[in-house]
Amino acid sequence: MKIHEYQAKEILRRYGVATPKGRVTDNPEEAAKICEELGGRCVVKAQIHAGGRGKGGGVKLAKSPEEARELAGRILGMQLVTHQTGLEGQLVRKVLIEETADIAQELYVSITLDRAQGKPVVMASSQGGMDIEEVAAKDPEAIFRQAVEPELGLQPFQGRAIARALGLKGATASKAAKLIAGLVNAYMDTDASLAEINPLMVTGGGDVMALDAKMNFDDNALFRHKDILDMRDLAEENPLEVEASKFNLNYIKLDGNIACMVNGAGLAMATMDIIKLYGGEPANFLDVGGGASQEAVKNAFRILVSDPNVKAVLINIFGGIARTDRIARGVVGALEELADVKIPVVVRLEGTNVEEGRRVLREAPFQFIVAEQMADAAEKAVSAAKGGA
Amino acid sequence: MAIWVDNDTRLLVQGITGKEGTFHALGCRDYGTKVVAGVTPGKGGESVEGIPVYDSVAEAREATGANATMIFVPPPFAADAIMEAAAAGIELVVCITEGIPVNDMLKVKAFLRDNPDKPARLIGPNCPGIISPGMAKIGIMPGHIHKKGSIGVVSRSGTLTYEAVWQLSNVGLGQSTCVGIGGDPVNGTNFIDVLEQFNADPETEGVIMIGEIGGNAEENAAEWIQANCRKPIVGFIAGRTAPPGRRMGHAGAIISGGKGTAEEKLEAMRAAGIHVSESPASLGETMARALGK
Repeated sequence: MKIHEYQAKEILRRYGVATPKGRVTDNPEEAAKICEELGGRCVVKAQIHAGGRGKGGGVKLAKSPEEARELAGRILGMQLVTHQTGLEGQLVRKVLIEETADIAQELYVSITLDRAQGKPVVMASSQGGMDIEEVAAKDPEAIFRQAVEPELGLQPFQGRAIARALGLKGATASKAAKLIAGLVNAYMDTDASLAEINPLMVTGGGDVMALDAKMNFDDNALFRHKDILDMRDLAEENPLEVEASKFNLNYIKLDGNIACMVNGAGLAMATMDIIKLYGGEPANFLDVGGGASQEAVKNAFRILVSDPNVKAVLINIFGGIARTDRIARGVVGALEELADVKIPVVVRLEGTNVEEGRRVLREAPFQFIVAEQMADAAEKAVSAAKGGA
Repeated sequence: MAIWVDNDTRLLVQGITGKEGTFHALGCRDYGTKVVAGVTPGKGGESVEGIPVYDSVAEAREATGANATMIFVPPPFAADAIMEAAAAGIELVVCITEGIPVNDMLKVKAFLRDNPDKPARLIGPNCPGIISPGMAKIGIMPGHIHKKGSIGVVSRSGTLTYEAVWQLSNVGLGQSTCVGIGGDPVNGTNFIDVLEQFNADPETEGVIMIGEIGGNAEENAAEWIQANCRKPIVGFIAGRTAPPGRRMGHAGAIISGGKGTAEEKLEAMRAAGIHVSESPASLGETMARALGK
């Protein structure tokens, strides 16, 4: 799960991470008022989940409350396009109004899971403000890595080593080491999957502060963090994905026109891949769960066809424990309940009792396109999406 | 010969009194696995279809000589169940549960590492389990699609593994053992652990390895294969069309920071001399070809 910058800063402040003063608002008048409180100068920052907001025009400096009002008015309601939003952009509903900072230096620090080591790892670089992926590609030596023992947390000497690697000295280094310890604690305590401060600012006075912050969380651990779950902003998520999540369906919308419904995540990915291999474009990822129950199939189908791009549906189910004929009856039953299905539906069933399953499909009142193998199914779906049969 | 699971396997089931636990305990028993005990704290003394239930793994092991466990405990308690099994001296711990927090798994890893006098092999979590066709299965896979034979299968996926097994069986290639290592970012057994076993197993003639996007386990395995393995390996990676930054169902299936893409993994596989199956529909054929059959 992702949260906004202002929410990440809220969490980090609880762990002693300093941030610029400021408040979030959805109202230009309020923006002017906050700017006034901050001394008449401020930064207006669009709050969307995607990165790259500055380059997209979502972060602006205001030299007066009037300018803050005007900028907030312009940013609120805009479709902000960044390299992470896609071409349509993301609607800005909130802005963070923050005091301006006296930036002497911009650094980078983050913590995430290193899967190979099975430990969280702190990454630090003196090239703040840049995407860490970019730094990693251009100058991997510029990234300092410190693994953290999950059961022990970051040790003070490790924090000092990171500060040293960032080129910091004296009191600033001590402050940075403390801030990094706070970042690590916040990451561990909240079951985050990423906590990133970019840039980490060193002020002219030698203080360290999180100028920007990003946190993502382990979805599997949200059951023990109600406060974080409350920070979920459904408006930032694709509406079809939100709808699917209500039925515990794993659905991810993509840009193609062949919808797919598959049982199991690996097979679902493989089905998208084979559609592409046969010259089509998948419209989504969807895992209906191993058993592919009638209820799950019905809800999934409804969600799939509500995507206006979809020109054909490919149902690919491997019946294992759940028998294929039972799954076939489920699919037929689900489509019976959805009266107005006009999109061609290719069904490929394989596994236990497959002959009986195919018979159920052939005798159904719908014109299913029945496929025998996965390759055959992909070919038929691609052809159906192009208007053939 | 098979790896890890065979006729000597004596299985206990943690979470046996739950719906899934009961269903699959019986499924394993029907397949021929010796299911000797169940564990559900607080339900000791009961029985499930003739399988005695104990309060703790230690008691169950003491009473029945169980040497393997299958875990169906819900996610918030599953890490604890794994550690309990390891502490009781169970050698093979197969965790089916999906949705265990990463931080819990990090604790489990540390616990297993710090418990060297009772080494436990953890398979999973978030996996279908392990099966040695004709002998025993520990897991939720449909046993009857398998056929006894000489191909090893190792995979991060569930149904995609069934697909591979089905294709193998259809081209007349049986399986020695099939291991689902699970779709989570932090798991117990990795590709290399399984490949080492298959490489050393005289009855395994070839291996199908099914990876997916996320992490670099496939790259590491490819490197290991190139250096150590002379048996034909067929490889497939799911998720070539997956968008970056999105989790594709499995918690571990995510391209992050431009890393963990299917192309990188396929490249590593090809460089290691692995027979890459471009299509998920030709896994069986590719294996048959690699064996010269």
